[in-house]
Amino acid sequence: MACIEARGLRKVFGATVAVDSIDLKVEEGRILGLIGPNGAGKSTALNAILGLTAYEGELKVLGRDPWTERDQLMRDVCFIADVAVLPRWMRVSQALDYVGGVHPRFDRAKAEAFLARTSIKRTSRVRELSKGMVVQLHLALIMAIDARLLVLDEPTLGLDLLYRKQFYDTLLNDYFDHSRTIIVTTHQVEEIQDILTDLVFINGGRIVLESSMEDFEARYAEVMVLPEQASAARALKPIHERQVFGRSIFLFDNVDRDRLAALGEVRTPSIADLFVARMGGKTERATA
Amino acid sequence: MTVATDDLAEMAPDRPAPVLNRTRPYYWSVRRELWENRSLHIAPLAVAAVALLGFMISTIGMPERRRGVLALDPVRQVIDVSQPYDFVAVAIIFTMGIVAVTYCLGALHGERRDRSVLFWKSLPISDLTTVLAKATVPFVVLPVIAIGVILAMQLLMLVWSFFVLLLSGVNPFTPLPLAQMAVVLVYGLVTQILWQAPVYGWLLLVSAWARRAPFLWAVLPPLALCMLEKVAFNTHYLATVLGHRLGGGHSEAFVTSTHLAVHKGTPHFPVLGVADLDPAKFLSSPALWVGLVICAACLAGCVWFRRRREPI
Repeated sequence: MACIEARGLRKVFGATVAVDSIDLKVEEGRILGLIGPNGAGKSTALNAILGLTAYEGELKVLGRDPWTERDQLMRDVCFIADVAVLPRWMRVSQALDYVGGVHPRFDRAKAEAFLARTSIKRTSRVRELSKGMVVQLHLALIMAIDARLLVLDEPTLGLDLLYRKQFYDTLLNDYFDHSRTIIVTTHQVEEIQDILTDLVFINGGRIVLESSMEDFEARYAEVMVLPEQASAARALKPIHERQVFGRSIFLFDNVDRDRLAALGEVRTPSIADLFVARMGGKTERATA
Repeated sequence: MTVATDDLAEMAPDRPAPVLNRTRPYYWSVRRELWENRSLHIAPLAVAAVALLGFMISTIGMPERRRGVLALDPVRQVIDVSQPYDFVAVAIIFTMGIVAVTYCLGALHGERRDRSVLFWKSLPISDLTTVLAKATVPFVVLPVIAIGVILAMQLLMLVWSFFVLLLSGVNPFTPLPLAQMAVVLVYGLVTQILWQAPVYGWLLLVSAWARRAPFLWAVLPPLALCMLEKVAFNTHYLATVLGHRLGGGHSEAFVTSTHLAVHKGTPHFPVLGVADLDPAKFLSSPALWVGLVICAACLAGCVWFRRRREPI
């Protein structure tokens, strides 16, 4: 069974179409990165998946309609909607008591074990914790819940590099077990490239690109080319070109690797570069 | 791609069924309201502490006054002696009302304003459970706290005056119908809450609906309607209905004729004893039931809005 199955998913706010007839299928056990510029419709799509907003079209999450069957669905779905939405008045111990009291799949020992690795005190209130610690606490609560789908909407926004790295390491090593599904949105795309299994670009409420990371690596290639070979490279119709230190870096879609190897070293592009190529509109030529 | 490669057994589609906690979402939802809103018990306790201090100061001249009171007939004795006890009860109930209004207006508004609603909604608790837990505060939690604080206060006052009088050589026993007072208190509070139920329902509804300034939205529209009626038709039906709803609980729940005869105009808290309770009149009043239906409709509206309203 697919974890998420959407057909013609659509959401309109007044005159604005936030999500414009999206078809999406996410199998269980995948880690999907949902990438898009601000206002692309990412959060609206996630809100529909989480049953936080009504929508048009067909949507099934774990076989359920998230709008009408939200109460049952939330036993199997967890999310971090935003940094620092933990109530500021709450004590750490109260958060553990509360989640343990209301969530049937919460394993308190697991949350305690995770918190023991941090410097968070049980008696602290959330408002006394740093931004990074609040996210650690939230992650400790979420990871101790045996959910089948975890949605992370900009979970590391505003955190420093160490906390961000630790966040994704923990998620991957201590949480992901190939039967859970994780959806992540973030602007720090390069940091999640290595953990994703699938990639979706969304812009203007539409899916611009949908690919597994295997296909992504097979399909897209990046070559750094010396100026004298630039015209040969352009002849192969790159989807993007940029200049670095006097050399041109070309991004190719579905071009034979052997032909590219003749131009220079072939690498897998970063998601960020592909994102710029796809979202930045036409190919930018920085040449004089 | 460097997905951590756990052992293959974990990739099996059938995960072992996790041990499920026994959960009590409603119980924990109410508890979290108490954690968040500490004013629910701090405010009545603070008022009680101040009132107790005042009572202690007042006992400086009490032995003299008590000698005078004991010379009166028994009914007047009770009326005189019970005054500070009644006053304390009224003060605490009044405090409870203010706390209840503040709480209701913030209950479904504050969580949207600080976006914590997204955390609450990430847990498997239905909007109905949440709204009922929040409604439990004005309808059950606050009255229970008020009754507890009032009874404890009155007990402390009795014990205090017992020793003050004892040391002055006056009969230390205060002539009060304590059991009756407790019954009247509980009955009065329960009937008042039921009578004012639509008010609390309305406040919760505004809290669930308003984007900002819930207090103004709760108060100004009814006032505006009253004014409109007054200016347009020179009548005041709506104002009368609203006023009766806010302050008329007593006349609905208690016998209104007898104590006037007894007091003959003595300015005093009107209810004396269990003889003044009139539950049959209270329960048979259509206005009570109309109010409860309105309250239920408001709570249903709260559930509807909590489902749909987004963080502010």
